[in-house]
Amino acid sequence: MEKPVLDIRNLAIRYAGASRDSVRGVSFTLGRERLGIVGESGSGKSTVGRAILKLLPTAQITADRMQFEDIDLLKTSEREMLKIRGRRMSMILQDPKYSLNPIQRVGRQVAETYMRHFPATKAEAKAKTLAMLEAVKIRDPERVHDLYPHEISGGMGQRIMIAMMLLAEPELVIADEPTSALDVTVRLQVLEILNGLVRDRGIGLIMISHDLNLVRNFCDRVLIMFDGQVVETLRASELDNAQHPYTRGLLAAQPRIGDRRKMLSVLDRRPEWSQEVTA
Amino acid sequence: MTSNVEIRNLSISFGEGPAAVKVLPGVNFSVEAGECFGLVGESGSGKSTVLRCISMLTDFWQGQISIGGRNVRDIPRLERCRLLQMVFQDPYGSLHPRQSVRTTLSEPLKIHGLDDHEGRMRRVIRDVGLTADFIDRFPHQMSGGQRQRIAIARALILEPSLLLLDEPTSALDVSVQAEILNLLVRLREERGLTYLMVTHDLAVVDHMCDRFAVMLRGEVTEVLPRAAIQGNHATHPYARELIGASLEYEGAL
Repeated sequence: MEKPVLDIRNLAIRYAGASRDSVRGVSFTLGRERLGIVGESGSGKSTVGRAILKLLPTAQITADRMQFEDIDLLKTSEREMLKIRGRRMSMILQDPKYSLNPIQRVGRQVAETYMRHFPATKAEAKAKTLAMLEAVKIRDPERVHDLYPHEISGGMGQRIMIAMMLLAEPELVIADEPTSALDVTVRLQVLEILNGLVRDRGIGLIMISHDLNLVRNFCDRVLIMFDGQVVETLRASELDNAQHPYTRGLLAAQPRIGDRRKMLSVLDRRPEWSQEVTA
Repeated sequence: MTSNVEIRNLSISFGEGPAAVKVLPGVNFSVEAGECFGLVGESGSGKSTVLRCISMLTDFWQGQISIGGRNVRDIPRLERCRLLQMVFQDPYGSLHPRQSVRTTLSEPLKIHGLDDHEGRMRRVIRDVGLTADFIDRFPHQMSGGQRQRIAIARALILEPSLLLLDEPTSALDVSVQAEILNLLVRLREERGLTYLMVTHDLAVVDHMCDRFAVMLRGEVTEVLPRAAIQGNHATHPYARELIGASLEYEGAL
């Protein structure tokens, strides 16, 4: 097997002042593939994503192993993280409205990523930016480059975020609900672009989502999280054959087009789901 | 009381003079009494604005809206509140954070001079699937699904016959969405309510609605029966695109 991009063993995260771990015993490896993490709100999926980027300065993070390529994340200082974050691993957040600086032209914000990590003149950075805007299928990059965030649509905003993240050619991208704020017609386009870039550039992608349809269609493997633990790991294509009652409950709760109308089944949360993995 | 809804040439502009923006250029559709009617379309297409016009939360529109054959402008406010109520998208935003469920539910009863507050509150709380001890809770002491149940209880306590549902489950997890959708289905069966439901999720439309209208830039492009979703029987190009994207996204193709 090829060397994994990311290898996490027995990760536990406790927020400052919390009485118990928010995430417990999470282990997975990520190759050059698309890994989905699904679960309900509060299940700890975003917390895992943030911990990998070390964006939780006050939380206590313990693990047996947190290896990102040649870097041991457990030993990396914040100073070193500044060179890794945005350069070798980056994150795409849910809503571009809040991720972009509202009073700066979008092109400048994309170029900043490049200038921050590579020795380049402004003109070089701009050329790179325009090429990248084109790569995320923005039709008129010269014009869009000079727009402000309020002048662009949500779908275009998210494509700009993708351009910004991928400009530094990272090895790992963590997308936290990248399309939840977008309309369904735009969602597919954004996912296609993300997909294509990740595939062509051999990037490892972690897709954090509450949307089972999304991970079913756009990921290779899926981790299902409940109450801070991974209860099941599956190939996305085999999601319908899930064994764990929680996964099956989530799948059954979802209305599907063309289903016979009946009461949707409701998740019956069992306390033992929270225990079994640590036992 | 029947509560069929007729909307004729509904239009509204925001702003004044040359800067005015016409948001709804002229909306026409009708909802039968007892029907569940969906409004779908992309963000900014005017779905929620239509609901706000019907409920008179926004009242500077032109055109004609009638409920049960009566012009909505001619219905006195107190009566209107007993005829129609609205449930909003985000149960975190729509409940007052410093008011207990008791305050939230008893205020409309006081305004309308109704008797038996305690009994009415207990009944409505039970109807939405919660227990009476929730009456003394505050929003922060409840989960998202429980809050949305309280928001529905608040809408139901005046016993309206028309519910305007503005994305009632899109802020909720799929497992909680199932509970709320089941609740809405049951309440409609028990009370013969009419629903006008805004959503962006065609699977929810397919599960809940009899017919739905597809909106684009303030206009109703097409009104379709539920059966048109599977197999994509829309004729308007945008409606086709929307249904096609939803089917593809669901992996139903």
